[in-house]
Amino acid sequence: MDLSHIPILSLITYIPLVGALAIVFLIPKEKTGPIKAFATLVAAVDLLVSLPLWWAFDRAGDGYQFVEKASWIPSLGVNYHFGIDGISLVLILLTTIVGLIAVYCSYSAITERQKEYYVLLLLLQTFMIGTFCCLDLFLFYVFWEIMLVPMYFLIGVWGGQRRLYAAIKFFLYTLAGSVFMLLGIIALYFYNTTGFMAYKGLGNAATFSIEKLTAVAAGMPAHLQIWLFFAFFFGFAIKVPMFPFHTWLPDAHTEAPTAGSVILAAVLLKMGTYGFVRFSLPMFPAAASNSRVIGVMVALAIIGIVYGAMVTLVQKDMKKLIAYSSVSHLGFVMLGIFALNMAGVQGGVIQMVNHGISTGGLFLLVGIVYERRHTRMIAEYGGLAKQMPLYATYFLILALSSMGLPLLNGFIGEFSILQGAFAKNFWWAFFAATGIVLGAAYLLWLYQRIFFGEITNPANAKLPDLTLREQLTLAPLVILALWIGLYPKPIFDVIRRPSEKIVQAVGGTVVEAPALALKAPADSVEPAAAAHP
Amino acid sequence: MTFAFRSADWVLLSPELFLTAAGLLMLSLAVAFGKKKEEFLAFLAVLSIAVTAAMLVFVSTQPGRATSILGGTFVVDNFALFFKGLILLSLALTVLASSRFVGAAPYPGGEYYALLLFSGVGMLFMASGNNLISIYVSLELMALSSYILAGYFKAEPKSTEAALKYFILGAFSSGVLLYGLSLVYGVAGVMGLPELAKLFASAERSNLLMLGILLILSGLLFKIAAVPFHVWTPDVYEGSPTPVTAFFSVGPKVAAYAILARIFYVAFAKFHADWGFVVALVSAATMILGNVAALLQSNVKRMLAYSSIANAGYALLGVLGFRTEWGLWGVLVYLLAYAFMNFGAFTVVILLESKGYAGESVSDFNGLAKRNMPAALAMLLFLLSLAGIPPTAGFYGKYYLFTAAMKAGYAWLAILAVVMSAVSLFYYFRIAAAMFFTEGAASKLKSSYVLTAVIAICAVGTLGIGLAPEPFLSVLKACGLGQ
Repeated sequence: MDLSHIPILSLITYIPLVGALAIVFLIPKEKTGPIKAFATLVAAVDLLVSLPLWWAFDRAGDGYQFVEKASWIPSLGVNYHFGIDGISLVLILLTTIVGLIAVYCSYSAITERQKEYYVLLLLLQTFMIGTFCCLDLFLFYVFWEIMLVPMYFLIGVWGGQRRLYAAIKFFLYTLAGSVFMLLGIIALYFYNTTGFMAYKGLGNAATFSIEKLTAVAAGMPAHLQIWLFFAFFFGFAIKVPMFPFHTWLPDAHTEAPTAGSVILAAVLLKMGTYGFVRFSLPMFPAAASNSRVIGVMVALAIIGIVYGAMVTLVQKDMKKLIAYSSVSHLGFVMLGIFALNMAGVQGGVIQMVNHGISTGGLFLLVGIVYERRHTRMIAEYGGLAKQMPLYATYFLILALSSMGLPLLNGFIGEFSILQGAFAKNFWWAFFAATGIVLGAAYLLWLYQRIFFGEITNPANAKLPDLTLREQLTLAPLVILALWIGLYPKPIFDVIRRPSEKIVQAVGGTVVEAPALALKAPADSVEPAAAAHP
Repeated sequence: MTFAFRSADWVLLSPELFLTAAGLLMLSLAVAFGKKKEEFLAFLAVLSIAVTAAMLVFVSTQPGRATSILGGTFVVDNFALFFKGLILLSLALTVLASSRFVGAAPYPGGEYYALLLFSGVGMLFMASGNNLISIYVSLELMALSSYILAGYFKAEPKSTEAALKYFILGAFSSGVLLYGLSLVYGVAGVMGLPELAKLFASAERSNLLMLGILLILSGLLFKIAAVPFHVWTPDVYEGSPTPVTAFFSVGPKVAAYAILARIFYVAFAKFHADWGFVVALVSAATMILGNVAALLQSNVKRMLAYSSIANAGYALLGVLGFRTEWGLWGVLVYLLAYAFMNFGAFTVVILLESKGYAGESVSDFNGLAKRNMPAALAMLLFLLSLAGIPPTAGFYGKYYLFTAAMKAGYAWLAILAVVMSAVSLFYYFRIAAAMFFTEGAASKLKSSYVLTAVIAICAVGTLGIGLAPEPFLSVLKACGLGQ
């Protein structure tokens, strides 16, 4: 399929924006039916337009693809520069799928100020896709920041009891991180041009091109790389969120409306991990492969995995439970990325997608019973399996996928990550594996308390099972979970070249691994000799 | 010094001369009309500002204008033209935003507009001032008019209190400034900024001179409301009629930045190591105190007052970074953005004022989204811009200023500035939360055409510069001193 003559990325990015404007100006706010239908249509069109990317994408291609470039602010050297590699491709597709689900799952949950709600959802979608498409650091920062605004309002207007607190906390935490990234961007920009502080610039033409700056940054002296690595680190780590920057997440997740939680889990958290693989690793390889830096990163990741899982165990609120489980899962992603080998990085990227599917799905499921009962306390439930068999089935599949059961998507990611970690250091893998055990514990225990036994609470006796619409929101996620779990090769193929580039950039070697050949021929790990540097 | 008057000089000063004449005319009309025909007077004021702006455009095409005129007392370079444009913009917006409030006030409107125009004349001269004495005189013309404007509501104790505080502290700071000027003159023996620069190029630093520079700096820091000379700001901003507050937060500050930049860039550039240190400390203290104090305010006017103190702290980064072009650009971009966003925010406060003259609390913003969605969206835009979120004008201002600080080697200040700018989001978004998340009065809020126009101009400026900054950024690059 030849998409080279169509600005396909801009189309995917701005279709939701145009749709949002159309709703603002053309549909009066009383007509909630047409608003919902139109918003769904826009999200569906966006998904349809984004799907051809999957086939048109050249898996063996080296550079960025579907590139669009135009001058935006020549005074600063800023370009409107879009383009994607395999990692952005899977995240964009995840976004368009989740975007449609988010709109479609809100029909009955949102009953107030509906026009504003759907406008904000669509705006958020534009900003998220834009962030993944950017090849210009300045433009990236613009999308990265503006994305916070619609999310702030989604939490603040349609959230739960403590929504005001959660909304501003979300905004402040992520903003506080990203302003440091801004300073890092400025420093990088001037290192390339006229210099800053004591550093003489290279005297190149002003540019924010991610490709060019990556090459420039990788040649910086190691101490400067470490400084800039940490400037970017704050921006990304808060978004991930890594321990100890995670405290905004349970609040935001718990208070957000269902669609907001789904998007937060599935896409927004991925911005942070995406930042690490797109910027931190290839730009600052000397920092990222510095043993002390790795030590800090891996320690934080493992603490996140274990601590996150332990806190998850004791939660009484379903939504909070799943929110804390994200801390643990994202710890896995970070561990994989900082294993700095093919298995780890690829596993990390796949786990980003997996987490979006399974945790996004679990939030949908919690939202569904919340709509019926208006409580999320686990103790209020019990014995739902008899009353809501379909619901119980979906919940089981997605919970199993979240805990990493073989044949489901979570297993692929976690296995690959553990393999990457193991190749580096046995103890990393050991501690991370305890997180998996704990993960099984909290999810199975949650499942047991909600679904098994007799119905003790009379309020649950007459709960209706899933409607067709609710099934339609869940089914795509279940299909994706099964697909990645059974046959992950296509995804490994797509992210393979960019992962190789990242691993090469940080000095790792890219070798085919016979051990993983059964599961994913495209995958590879470092040879055992390089495992203990 | 020989004074060579050329007729061309008067051409270059024609905008100022015309505005003076317009102010005098306004004053006599005020006597004739009293409380009548105030809308006509407002129209006349806007018209004369527009004519002044047109003359400014004419002046900008004159060849050889960037040399100093009238015996070296004034200079009409691009830098001055930029500030004059910004001053006229703020002046016009103030007149427009005042019309409803002047009508409701029991005092003659002509006086009010005349004072505004006179203060405008002072500011225009400030932007061009190239000599210590001409700078001082034009500053006083601006300041004296402002004192009276603050106390325009004579019968209102708060307004009188604001005027009195402003006057006493303002007069004191003018005294400090004048003392500094006299010390510098005593050491150097010349008044013109270029002459001072030439003299200092080969001169040794002396304690007396440093004291003079420090006193000048203090006097100017008072005008831009930087810590520790900021204490007047919250009271004056709160007590003054809101359109006047909006004017104070933009016009006089912009003009004060013009002379601050010109004096320190041109005359005292040699001693930057000495005053740079002081400015860095002041900037840090101003950012911290302004932002932290703003967190505690429940009155919107006081909150915006502290916000404008914090903004003065950011802008000082540009003064610090003057040795690279980024510093000057930073000040220019930031003030341009600041004029739109800050005036816009105050105009929404004016729109909300129920009784014509009342302190506004944050809770007055409750439910604004339901009462008047466009106004709430515009306010949101101004708040985002003030907090420096892209793509708004304020983001570019901060971007240039942070850049200037980094280039000048003040990394710690840049880090402090970004942290404080994240903190500022908290109080700005208290207003956003009130507008969108809280239930308020059920009645719709009607806006007048004029106020709508002012808000629209500010919103278009804020967002337009944000989305398409190139035309502005490339023009600003030509706005250097002496160009």
